[in-house]
Amino acid sequence: MRYSGLRVITEGLFGNKGWKPAWRDPAPKAEYDAIIIGGGGHGLSTAYYLAKNHGMTNIAVLEKGYLGSGNIGRNTTIVRANYFLPGNSEFYSHSMKLWEGLELDLNYNVMHSQRGLINLFHSDGQRDAFVRRGNSMINQGDDAILLDREGVREMLPYLDFEQTRFPIYGGLYHPRGGTARHDAVAWGYARGADRRGVDLIQNCEVTGIDIEGGRVTGVQTTRGAIKAKKVGMVVAGRSSQVAAMAGMRLPIESHILQAFVTEGLKPVIDHVVSFGMGHFYISQSDKGGLVFGGDLDFYASYASRGNLPMVEHVMEAGMTLMPMIGRAKVLRSWGGIMDMSPDGSPIIDKTHIDGLFVDCGWNYGGFKAVPASGFCMAHLMATGESHPVAARFTLNRFATGHILDEEGTGSQHNLH
Amino acid sequence: MRLTCPLCGARDRREFTYYGAEDYLNRPAPDAPPQAWDDYLHNRDNPAGVTRDLWYHDMGCSSWLLVTRNTVTHEILAVEAVADRKGGAA
Ligand SMILES: Cc1cc2nc3c(=O)[nH]c(=O)nc-3n(C[C@H](O)[C@H](O)[C@H](O)COP(=O)(O)OP(=O)(O)OC[C@H]3O[C@@H](n4cnc5c(N)ncnc54)[C@H](O)[C@@H]3O)c2cc1C
Ligand SMILES: [Zn+2]
Repeated sequence: MRYSGLRVITEGLFGNKGWKPAWRDPAPKAEYDAIIIGGGGHGLSTAYYLAKNHGMTNIAVLEKGYLGSGNIGRNTTIVRANYFLPGNSEFYSHSMKLWEGLELDLNYNVMHSQRGLINLFHSDGQRDAFVRRGNSMINQGDDAILLDREGVREMLPYLDFEQTRFPIYGGLYHPRGGTARHDAVAWGYARGADRRGVDLIQNCEVTGIDIEGGRVTGVQTTRGAIKAKKVGMVVAGRSSQVAAMAGMRLPIESHILQAFVTEGLKPVIDHVVSFGMGHFYISQSDKGGLVFGGDLDFYASYASRGNLPMVEHVMEAGMTLMPMIGRAKVLRSWGGIMDMSPDGSPIIDKTHIDGLFVDCGWNYGGFKAVPASGFCMAHLMATGESHPVAARFTLNRFATGHILDEEGTGSQHNLH
Repeated sequence: MRLTCPLCGARDRREFTYYGAEDYLNRPAPDAPPQAWDDYLHNRDNPAGVTRDLWYHDMGCSSWLLVTRNTVTHEILAVEAVADRKGGAA
């Protein structure tokens, strides 16, 4: 069923009785041409682009819970293309272009809102670093504008400009940055894949990966064995467990990242704003809640909840930057399991097992990557070759020293 | 979350800095093959369940601690000083 304005009006006139489920609920077949493990943003977009760009429609996504039950429905929804390093820069730029055509492509409203992103800086050194980053974004063909203090004051008059501890020197403004509705992205890709014939199989946990003579032959699941000559592992925070089923040990450590949302308020924060001193970032959802977060809890964890020190840190940073939010009540806080890589950049690559592919290491920045990750993973699974914009996301780059350490913090999983 | 430091007693998580998995205690020999260094620095078991990792008591006694804990429940099962282990830290 195609969605359109006319459809909404017609359905409204006839009691909304004509709507159909957005995707089927098929039983798994005995064999597919390809299987994607994981029904998060990346798994669903991989399936969508396999079907759309490569005509592979006899494929399945296997999800252990329900579609979108992982980080795709837990993140703070920031979409940006402000990366610095060659390797990351072209990839996120590609993703941004896909975002900009996504709603038409999917025939689905993902509420992509290019409201602008402002990264504040608080010292001369930070300004220099942001100037370099801005220039590299412009070289990549994306947009960046350096704001001085008055420029920031005009756009964000509510910040605390008077403080002496962390004075605001200015900001790097990325007008095309913004947010999107996280679970709508999962639903849009799920519906798009389903409409092209992809089987989305929920409550189907992969428990084993079958390998014969160095080739993948299928998977074992809680809904029986399923054969396939190509298998993609796209399970974000659970990547180490799934890769272990194939005897692999990944350069990944899983960490917890928390986020917070307040009660709904009238529009007050029009952009995405990040604080350059102590990690804090904030935006306002379309429902009116202030959505904000900060750093990892910093220790390996699979609990979908965090600890108090980071809650305090995030609240303190927020109050330092914009004291007005102290009046808002926090409604909920939660955590998600992040697949942290040693250099903070992702992996989209083949493995040493024929037909087995891996897409992981999204750290806390994998939401904006959902379109390009699926695009490139599909390209890799269909053609056997890396897509040019993801060519540096190799699995062996840590061994060879070709790391992509965007923050320059060194080879430690929790420092990115 | 609280860790019981063998020297200082039960202390709040804020006093400690997490470093990473126990793998960091098994430093390869200088002439070990690159694969051994890759495993040491990057590749991890990353278990969902009981793990052993290194914490530094920087706001306390400055000891390196080997903590056995559950990554799913955040339960702390054991804390020992790295220096007390046979052979000490490598
Ligand atoms: C609090 C928070 C804030 C964030 N904010 C941002 C942000 O502002 N911007 C941004 O770009 N990114 C952000 N991220 C990161 C982003 O959410 C993730 O990088 C991204 O969602 C991960 O990819 P995914 O969507 O495929 O993961 P998931 O949605 O977690 O998908 C993985 C799926 O695999 C399934 N699975 C696991 N094991 C198995 C198995 N054995 N068999 C079958 N299925 C299995 C899981 O159930 C899950 O549904 C944030 C994350 C968190 C937690
Ligand atoms: Zn101590």
